[in-house]
Amino acid sequence: MRFDDVFKYLPLLLQGTKITIQLTVVAVGCGTVIGLFVSLMRLSRFRPLSLIARCYTDFFRGTPLLTQILLFHYGIPPILGFNSFPAYISASITLSLNSGAYIAEIFRAGIQSIHRGQMEAARSLGMTYGQAMRYIILPQAFKRSIPPLGNEFIAMLKDSSLVSVISMPELMMSGKIIVGREYNAFETFIVVAFIYLIMTTTISQFVSYLERVFGKDDHGE
Amino acid sequence: MITVNNLTKRFGKLEVLRGISCHVAQKEVVVIIGPSGSGKSTFLRCLNRLEEATSGEIIIDGITVTDHKVDINLVRQEVGMVFQRFNLFPHMTALQNVALAPMKVRKYSKKDAEVLAMSLLTRVGLADKAHQYPEKLSGGQQQRVAIARALAMRPKIMLFDEPTSALDPEMVGEVLDVMRSLALEGMTMVIVSHEMGFAREVSDRIMFMDDGLILEEGTPEEFFQNPQNPRTQSFLSKIL
Ligand SMILES: Nc1ncnc2c1ncn2[C@@H]1O[C@H](COP(=O)(O)OP(=O)(O)OP(=O)(O)O)[C@@H](O)[C@H]1O
Ligand SMILES: [Mg+2]
Repeated sequence: MRFDDVFKYLPLLLQGTKITIQLTVVAVGCGTVIGLFVSLMRLSRFRPLSLIARCYTDFFRGTPLLTQILLFHYGIPPILGFNSFPAYISASITLSLNSGAYIAEIFRAGIQSIHRGQMEAARSLGMTYGQAMRYIILPQAFKRSIPPLGNEFIAMLKDSSLVSVISMPELMMSGKIIVGREYNAFETFIVVAFIYLIMTTTISQFVSYLERVFGKDDHGE
Repeated sequence: MITVNNLTKRFGKLEVLRGISCHVAQKEVVVIIGPSGSGKSTFLRCLNRLEEATSGEIIIDGITVTDHKVDINLVRQEVGMVFQRFNLFPHMTALQNVALAPMKVRKYSKKDAEVLAMSLLTRVGLADKAHQYPEKLSGGQQQRVAIARALAMRPKIMLFDEPTSALDPEMVGEVLDVMRSLALEGMTMVIVSHEMGFAREVSDRIMFMDDGLILEEGTPEEFFQNPQNPRTQSFLSKIL
């Protein structure tokens, strides 16, 4: 075992870790915005809108993320008349769209779990559907969505490793680079795995803390 | 104030309302009674279009509610509704529950809405609970907040769907007291309730619904002392 040969690449690993975190934050952040709109579209009574939302979530949840990444990075740019997109663009967009699909389903479940008496009470006061959603349904649904959102964040952190196939220099890619130079797959990938593990356990601790604070179906702003 | 002509409502094949016609005058208090499943809630919910009528016509304060060109939100602002299960907003305090609609719908300033909300909570005897969340309130207190919330829109009509039947017996009185004071102030009210003592004391008219129809109606005296329809008689003999 020669862990020294891994640790001399510590700056590279830390740089990769930073990019992994950035990618995940961007994906889940954009995914949350996308998910909110797609879940509302999905629940819309206007059929075409809900059909579009349905196709979107079905595609991104029903096909492998790896396929999506390769399709987007190599398949889409020529069609749009580009040579190629930089890897960070392809990676950010694909991960965001993928995350958006999962988060849309999280929000949809959250919204549907709110008792319909809440919507009725709001509407009976003369609020529009939009006002009732915004002030009554979504705040409650969002609170219930925090634990699954935390899980999505963890899943995305791990799945973002797949963008190493388009040479996005995130944590997994850093590992591959080290192994390519030092031929020490065991040591390097153990260290990489350990870094992922530290991040995911930290997040899951944080999520269960949030769950304790928000999880009960009571108040909180 | 409310005129209903030949209202019917179907859920798929199930015909829940089979031709209801009635009139409720301004300041009148009408209590609807009837067996479970007879369509009482459905009728009430058609009045503010929480349910869409299948056919027939509902006119409230001169506005044809059943006309789809009507902005239903404007009608709902004039028609308060109180539910059996309270349906308070659990993520808001009592005060926020009451102040929300005046702010968002009537565009009151936050300050004005809260002053109004506080005065209504005082009126239902809950000024000291203004900053509590619903889960910290008893059923009776929650229902009184719900009444205050509906009153905050300054409605011309109040609809009550079994407002006391989810309550422990010792809390029924406090809610009925609030409703009684509303009736005395001249609020137009349509109440589905099985509180016969209350109906007898407060209502101007009682309607008996069975199987999607109003089978009998009359003043409390007529209705309780001399019911005409055999179905009414048998229903009353069961519950009195
Ligand atoms: N959304 C719905 N979809 C299908 N059927 C419904 C719906 N709402 C009510 N019903 C049916 O309509 C009938 C009348 O219901 P409704 O709630 O109006 O009765 P009710 O007189 O209020 O009864 P209760 O005293 O039990 O509250 C019942 O058979 C009920 O199952
Ligand atoms: Mg009912």
